[in-house]
Amino acid sequence: MLIRHVNEPRESEVTDRRLYAGRRGILAGGAAFALAGLTPARAAPLDVTPAAPLPNDKTTPLDKITSYNNFYEFGYGKDDPEAYAGKLTTRPWLVVVDGACQKPTTFAIEDLLRMNLQQRIYRHRCVEAWSMVIPWVGFPLADLLAKVEPTGSAKYVAFKTLLRPAEMPGQRSASLSWPYVEGLRLDEAMHDLTLLAVGIYGETLPNQDGAPIRLVTPWKYGFKGIKSIVAIHLQETQPATTWNIEAPNEYGFYANVNPEVDHPRWSQAKERRIGEFSRRDTLMFNGYAEQVAPLYAGMDLRKNF
Amino acid sequence: MRRAVYWMVWAACLLPLACAVYWFFTDQFTADPFKRTLQYMGEWGLRFLVIGLVLTPLRGITGWGWLMQYRRTIGLYGVFYVTLHLLAYVVLDQTFDWPAILKDLTKRPYIMIGMAAFVLLVPLAVTSTNGMIKRLGGRNWRRLHRLAYVIPILGAIHYALLVKLDETWPIFYGTLIAIVLALRVLPPKQINKKFFASFLQKRRKSLLF
Repeated sequence: MLIRHVNEPRESEVTDRRLYAGRRGILAGGAAFALAGLTPARAAPLDVTPAAPLPNDKTTPLDKITSYNNFYEFGYGKDDPEAYAGKLTTRPWLVVVDGACQKPTTFAIEDLLRMNLQQRIYRHRCVEAWSMVIPWVGFPLADLLAKVEPTGSAKYVAFKTLLRPAEMPGQRSASLSWPYVEGLRLDEAMHDLTLLAVGIYGETLPNQDGAPIRLVTPWKYGFKGIKSIVAIHLQETQPATTWNIEAPNEYGFYANVNPEVDHPRWSQAKERRIGEFSRRDTLMFNGYAEQVAPLYAGMDLRKNF
Repeated sequence: MRRAVYWMVWAACLLPLACAVYWFFTDQFTADPFKRTLQYMGEWGLRFLVIGLVLTPLRGITGWGWLMQYRRTIGLYGVFYVTLHLLAYVVLDQTFDWPAILKDLTKRPYIMIGMAAFVLLVPLAVTSTNGMIKRLGGRNWRRLHRLAYVIPILGAIHYALLVKLDETWPIFYGTLIAIVLALRVLPPKQINKKFFASFLQKRRKSLLF
């Protein structure tokens, strides 16, 4: 008999942004100084206050978060990214934000590291039925999109990963169609939970976790969280997404965590939390139903998986 | 001497298990050691079953008759690792979640194929003793043990169906089984003579066999 843990995130779990805004005012200058000379390959401390932990969810140790990755640009194996991502150079790094907006802008990573950084502890559910709890550092994607001022025709946001086969050995074979691309509906992109992460555990992202900047959508399967982003494009039509191109019957555009809609080859009802033996029940929208369910009101989630 | 070599091979076949136990308990078996155990035992099960198959044509090529005494050992080790794979599935992966296992068995083709392969292995393991060979008679026994070709094929299909993207190993094992099967189905004497006689001569000369 399994006892279902009611685990809706509480108000207190989502970090109050004003809390950080105050701190940032004082510390932004110092942080910018500290970050200016950092070596990108090594983790550098980021200036954020830790968020309150999630109830019933212990954060996964950093060595697990950095040694068990799906990042096919560096190989198929879970340990390949840790082994081969060290070669990736993440400076200089530009992120082009353009498309249906008033002020298309190319941001240097240094500018993005000066955004209003917050820690967010999120559950992370892989489509392969394992999960972690990760203390991300980042800023809401909405903050970035606000800077470019999306126009009325912007309905979707398309993301693109770096294409650099010289440093990403997996891109030398046609295992997936490179570069990796992902997408969100604009309302999903503007949702407060949607984060552009630049760090983990208060330090800059390790390369294997998607350095220097990646997407985090905690109510969706992990593959939506596109890594090492170089382009963000606002557009009117639904963008193509890499795993959907690869296997459209297995990986949908929405990819919302849903225990009732199985992957064609395995059940999504339960998950193994890394570090635990007993499997947990997977929660609707990965436990973020209260915040995101309204986005999908009236939609058939079985069809729009 | 021959006996000592035999027991060394026998012990070597336990090395994958010993490594797994060591890695498992020293936290070197990935962040999800339960899943890794499941995959690892399956990989070794298939590996041993395929090696067992390869021995027969290998003897044809090399003329090493002594290879045949290892066929049963290797095959039984295949059964051993496949059994550990099944146990890992029930205990470590599914944690005795019988409703989920039942659903897997009725809904997921790769699970059905894998389970069929295991069920077919059981009579082969049971009839692997000298006594059973006598009781069944060589002819019947050989007929039954042709399943040894069917089972790894099922294993390779099971493997191919479950991987997300990287089909390298399923294709490798599938190809190897196909080659072995081709060598068995085509008249082996012809093949041996035509393709391997010259090869064999060269080898004998160069290696002083």
